[in-house]
Amino acid sequence: MKAFLILEDGTKFEGKHIGADKDVVSEIVFNTSMAGYTEVFTDPSYAGQAVCMTYPLIGNYGVCLEDMESERIWLDAVIVRELCRVPSNFRCDMSLSDFLEKYEIPGIEGIDTRALVRLLRDKGTMNGLITTNENISFDSVKEKIKAYTTGDVVSKVSCKEKKLYKASEYEPRIENGPYRNIEQNGKGLKVALLDVGAKQNIIESLLQRGCDVTVYPYNTTAEEILAADPDGIMLSNGPGDPKDCGDVIKEVKKLYDSGKTIFAICLGHQLMGLATGADTHKLKYGHRGGNHPVKDLETGRVFISSQNHGYVVDVDKLDENIAVPAFTNVNDGTNEGLKYTGKNIFTVQFHPEACPGPQDTSFLFDRFINMMLEAKKNGGKN
Amino acid sequence: MPKSKDVKKVLVIGSGPIVIGQAAEFDYAGTQACRSLKEEGIEVVLVNSNPATIMTDKDIADEVYIEPLTVKVLERIIEKEKPDSILPTLGGQAGLNLGMELDESGFLKSHNVKLLGTTAETIRKAEDRQEFKDTMEKIGEPCAASTVVHNVEDGVAFAKEIGYPVVLRPAFTLGGSGGGIAHNQIECEEILKNGLRLSRANEVLVERCIAGWKEIEYEVIRDSAGNCITVCNMENIDPVGVHTGDSIVVAPSQTLGDKEYQMLRSAALNIINELQITGGCNVQFALHPTSFEYCVIEVNPRVSRSSALASKATGYPIAKVAAKIALGYTLDEIKNAITGKTFASFEPALDYCVVKFPRLPFDKFITAKRTLTTQMKATGEVMSICTNFEGAMMKAIRSLEQHVDCLTSYDFSELDDDELLTRLTVVDDQRIWVIAEALRRGISHEQIHDITMIDLWFIDKLHTLVKMELKLLRAGEKNTEGKYGTLEDAKKIISFDTMLEAKRLEYPDSVISRLTRFKVSVLKELRDFYKIHATFKIVDTCAAEFEAQTPYYYSVYNGPDSEDEASLSADTGKKKILVLGSGPIRIGQGIEFDYCSVHATWAFRKAGFETIIINNNPETVSTDFDIADKLYFEPLTPEDVENIVRLEKPDGAVVQFGGQTAIKLTQDLMEMGVKIYGTDAKDVDAAEDREIFDQILEETQIKRAAGATVYTAEEAKEVANRLGYPVLVRPSYVLGGQGMQIALSDDEIEEFMNIINRYAQDHPILVDKYLQGIETEVDAVCDGEDIVIPGIMEHIERSGIHSGDSISVYPAQSLSAKVKETIAEYTKRLAKALHVIGLINIQFIAVGDEVYIIEANPRSSRTVPYISKVTGIPIVDLAAKVMLGEKLKDMGYTPGLQPEAGYVAIKMPVFSFEKIRGAEISLGPEMKSTGECLGISRNFNEALYKAFLGAGVNLPKHKQMIITVKDADKGEIIEIARRYEKLGYIIYATRSTANTLNENGVKARKINRINQESPTVIDLILGHKIDLVIDTPTQGRDKTRDGFLIRRTAIETGVNVITALDTARALVTSLECAETEESLEPIDIAKL
Repeated sequence: MKAFLILEDGTKFEGKHIGADKDVVSEIVFNTSMAGYTEVFTDPSYAGQAVCMTYPLIGNYGVCLEDMESERIWLDAVIVRELCRVPSNFRCDMSLSDFLEKYEIPGIEGIDTRALVRLLRDKGTMNGLITTNENISFDSVKEKIKAYTTGDVVSKVSCKEKKLYKASEYEPRIENGPYRNIEQNGKGLKVALLDVGAKQNIIESLLQRGCDVTVYPYNTTAEEILAADPDGIMLSNGPGDPKDCGDVIKEVKKLYDSGKTIFAICLGHQLMGLATGADTHKLKYGHRGGNHPVKDLETGRVFISSQNHGYVVDVDKLDENIAVPAFTNVNDGTNEGLKYTGKNIFTVQFHPEACPGPQDTSFLFDRFINMMLEAKKNGGKN
Repeated sequence: MPKSKDVKKVLVIGSGPIVIGQAAEFDYAGTQACRSLKEEGIEVVLVNSNPATIMTDKDIADEVYIEPLTVKVLERIIEKEKPDSILPTLGGQAGLNLGMELDESGFLKSHNVKLLGTTAETIRKAEDRQEFKDTMEKIGEPCAASTVVHNVEDGVAFAKEIGYPVVLRPAFTLGGSGGGIAHNQIECEEILKNGLRLSRANEVLVERCIAGWKEIEYEVIRDSAGNCITVCNMENIDPVGVHTGDSIVVAPSQTLGDKEYQMLRSAALNIINELQITGGCNVQFALHPTSFEYCVIEVNPRVSRSSALASKATGYPIAKVAAKIALGYTLDEIKNAITGKTFASFEPALDYCVVKFPRLPFDKFITAKRTLTTQMKATGEVMSICTNFEGAMMKAIRSLEQHVDCLTSYDFSELDDDELLTRLTVVDDQRIWVIAEALRRGISHEQIHDITMIDLWFIDKLHTLVKMELKLLRAGEKNTEGKYGTLEDAKKIISFDTMLEAKRLEYPDSVISRLTRFKVSVLKELRDFYKIHATFKIVDTCAAEFEAQTPYYYSVYNGPDSEDEASLSADTGKKKILVLGSGPIRIGQGIEFDYCSVHATWAFRKAGFETIIINNNPETVSTDFDIADKLYFEPLTPEDVENIVRLEKPDGAVVQFGGQTAIKLTQDLMEMGVKIYGTDAKDVDAAEDREIFDQILEETQIKRAAGATVYTAEEAKEVANRLGYPVLVRPSYVLGGQGMQIALSDDEIEEFMNIINRYAQDHPILVDKYLQGIETEVDAVCDGEDIVIPGIMEHIERSGIHSGDSISVYPAQSLSAKVKETIAEYTKRLAKALHVIGLINIQFIAVGDEVYIIEANPRSSRTVPYISKVTGIPIVDLAAKVMLGEKLKDMGYTPGLQPEAGYVAIKMPVFSFEKIRGAEISLGPEMKSTGECLGISRNFNEALYKAFLGAGVNLPKHKQMIITVKDADKGEIIEIARRYEKLGYIIYATRSTANTLNENGVKARKINRINQESPTVIDLILGHKIDLVIDTPTQGRDKTRDGFLIRRTAIETGVNVITALDTARALVTSLECAETEESLEPIDIAKL
């Protein structure tokens, strides 16, 4: 069946329909990871967006359910050059097309994805409609496409109830899998994770290091979290415009004030920034992929990071008494992390939990653990 | 970190002659690095024995030494030039070994020279098997169970312990020389013996066999601050067991999920960090196909063939970045030249699929075993880019120039199913064609996978290609009009969808035509009607995330709406010229033609042209993204070239520089309406067409050996008998003497004609009277009126041995003034008669004072870089200028033969026989050498000594030799043997040779033939005390296996073998020279 992608500037791509049979309007973004589509598609941060994979052959190794970063696919639609029908991998549970159908996700394949990416790069992220309706005219859908916003997606993707993961009961999701030689230096530490769209590997990264993790829904009050007296708090990644999370930001401010050791990733990083007086703005077309160099400003070292963000913290208006940049993007100089002055808090824009992408910055979890241990030694405060 | 300030003068070591396992990739890497160093204002001293390289040009380095690559020679150069640093990681294994030896001996330290980039300690850690294993163990990176042995007994004992099969890998050898998989004790002993001998450290690694696992490579780069990235990962389609140089490789990996991908990526970074490598590095892994278990196979702490491939596959210039890192820069300080926005610390993201195919030399070595093992055999490779795997595969296949263009090119239909399944177990260069046949028969993917261990994903993709082939065949059946129907028929029979899909899969029109029985021209009309045309995309390192500055293109068929990025490039208003490259490196068409293509491109650029290169060889300088204004990485077939012509509408094309690959496209280019710069196609044809050429010779009164053109064996025999044997038999339109033989009898004619016809020759076959004399060769530039001949080269070996395999001397030493005059005069007459505009190469035979022409080729030749360098006359540059209408006189050249230089430069052929099991090594009219080196000196003997030394003939050692010559050579050998005897050589000889020698006062010890009782000649060779074997095979072909076995055993034992008396005489002359390695005087050719 034919399918069409119609962008808000009127550009129309013709391809073939894949996945669930339904029309969808969404924000069109692209991801440059060459592997890891399962992780991308199940990353809650993509809620409200349709993702174009720039690598042309997608689905080669099928879907290994244990690689899912959350319990379902969250993005609205997928755009690929070629969907592999006959996948091959020893862990493959199903083909990608079955996976898309299972979660009723529509998509389009066979379009010139590179042309689409070039367009998004030049004009910035755009909204678009994916449809199988051949007779649809741009004028009839123009307003609808333009009016689309991702809206309140955090509430949709966050867990509904708090949940405790005990390190002692932890079983790696992949048996004899790739994660070896991780030292359990966080044994006995309790971490509270505020789930604004958390990827599974944040939880796993902490569990692998011996921490007990309690995951809280996005709308949990700071008081409730602090009442449990965690050794440290993590703010997760998540979807959408951080400024849409007004209520969460208020609670994050309280967490900031609490003096607790805090580590935040992506949306969590932006929320902490907004909570402490910084501003955020939307990037022209975002950073999404597994190849972004970030520089640790303290050591000068450069790491390749996994990234997925459309918004960024504005460093121009940063009050250095509150926070100073800790990481910066080598390519475009945008902020990639903050160190909070006088606080036991550091936050990063990129994804140390990887999945997909390089694990080069997974040492940040160890840094977080060391900060918690240090704080513990000093009697719970820094 | 800013650039280190104490680096001002750097010695860069090249990789020497092209051999299997070490090809043009190091010229590419070295050239890139030298340019990168000079960009930083550093003085570059270059040493490489290979004159065909671009890196040895005086505009690439400041001081250029084309000298033998030995420790002692390098010491002399260091003493003379006093560099402060040395960069050894760009010259392949050869360069690295030399750097290490200089360091280990303390020479570098005592001369205050530091190793740039990776330290000696790191190199040792990576290269020494045991140290490497210990290091890996320490950081928890698994290696296959293994041990290092220094003798056969220990190896066999360990193999027993871990169980067969075992893999044997000698340390410090090129391309895995001497390695292999042993399935039992006999094989184990055999390979061990050989491997121990070839290893510089006399050690061999015996390890658990992980054959059948996925072979995955990562190209990693790290700076001195510890920042590291992976440039690219690659997956070998052929699982572990086939050397990666012989494997079909795809980038990025296709069958790894993010978990496996990142696990191995992290391991690669872990390793490069532990080893503290600064620069480029290649890490090879074996990954279990059904678990996360993996093993580190090896690490190359230097740029390599794989890094050249990764550079071309991603657009990331590894050698350039490695050179900057060596100077102290960090990755985040080095700009990515492709985007101009990002930095070298950005990992490339590909939005296409790359396939590399090896170019194997079995067409040259018909007796050789085609089996692929851990010992590399490929002489070169091609790369292709497409948005889908099938398309990339199809493009790569037709880029090979091996008479293959799709999956039907080798026919296995005559095998029954059982035979086919048995054939599938054979791992050779035809395996994917066997798989295609199995798929046609409906043999299941699983069964094919079980036999080949090739991942199901690849098998499924091959099946997609086979299904398309069957679909087109079925369409062809409907083409009942049969006679290559009309456009109207085609529209009915081949739907839009089928055509688009076939083109998406990169089926060339010629193959679609064969399958559907529609004419190519009808298919073209049909595609015009359907608007299915190739569009071009850019390789930009970043999957379009950032705007690219460099026009590096590949084609794809993606439907009528597909965006064409090449058509968006700005019109520069300049005239456009198309330079056709020379494709994969193979015997007969080597790096020389890339040298010519690159120089021509630069010349046209200087003349104000917009230059466009088309080529498909990832190892070369010509496919670097900043050589031409535009680079099209595409197959060199008429259809692929036409796609580019259609878009670019070039003002002209040059075909003279790309060897036979480019010449073959002349006619097609003209039909496309492209003007050919330089000599007309009809004149090129005239030189190839026997009758027309004879006519020209008659008109110009130039003599040639009598001969005739024939098509059948009957005709050939008739001509041969008329001329009288021996005769030369060869097909027209080939390079490197492919299929050329000296025939002594009717039977041999029959045999050779059969072999020649196997390659579906459309062209006639030439039969000539065989003349014996001094072979000479000239390259000349002609502007239509005048010619410039830089010099006359004389071949040491008499005619009968291919010019590419002969030792070539400039200036000619044994020609009379009259002969030289005649050669110059003939060259002028012929160049004018052929209306040559540009280059011409002519070979002559001088018999006494008579000069006969052998052949004339109005194009660049293999000797062009050599003669340009040793005479200082840039003939490619001149050729490009005369093509644009300039006159030689106006360029300041006095027409005619140029004055001889005051020194002697000798080009020595270099062979890779030890890499090809079963290859016949005796020299003849068919070319067999893979590369060449140069010896240059004030006097002939020293030049000869240098040339032999550069080719790896470093004598004397034990002063013992074996002589066994055919009857015809018995008279001539006496004098030669006497000279060796005088040098103190103990001579062993087979019975009749020994008799001859003893009767004539040369003491020779008799040795037994192979089938006689021990000790035989073979035992003697295996005793490792023999310096040299002189074995001249029976004329024509050696029918007895004896000589063949002696030669093979010697080669595989590392003994020098000479198969021509002239070579033997030259060697003894060089040994008689009083020079030693220590006393050689290095000559800076940039200052000549």
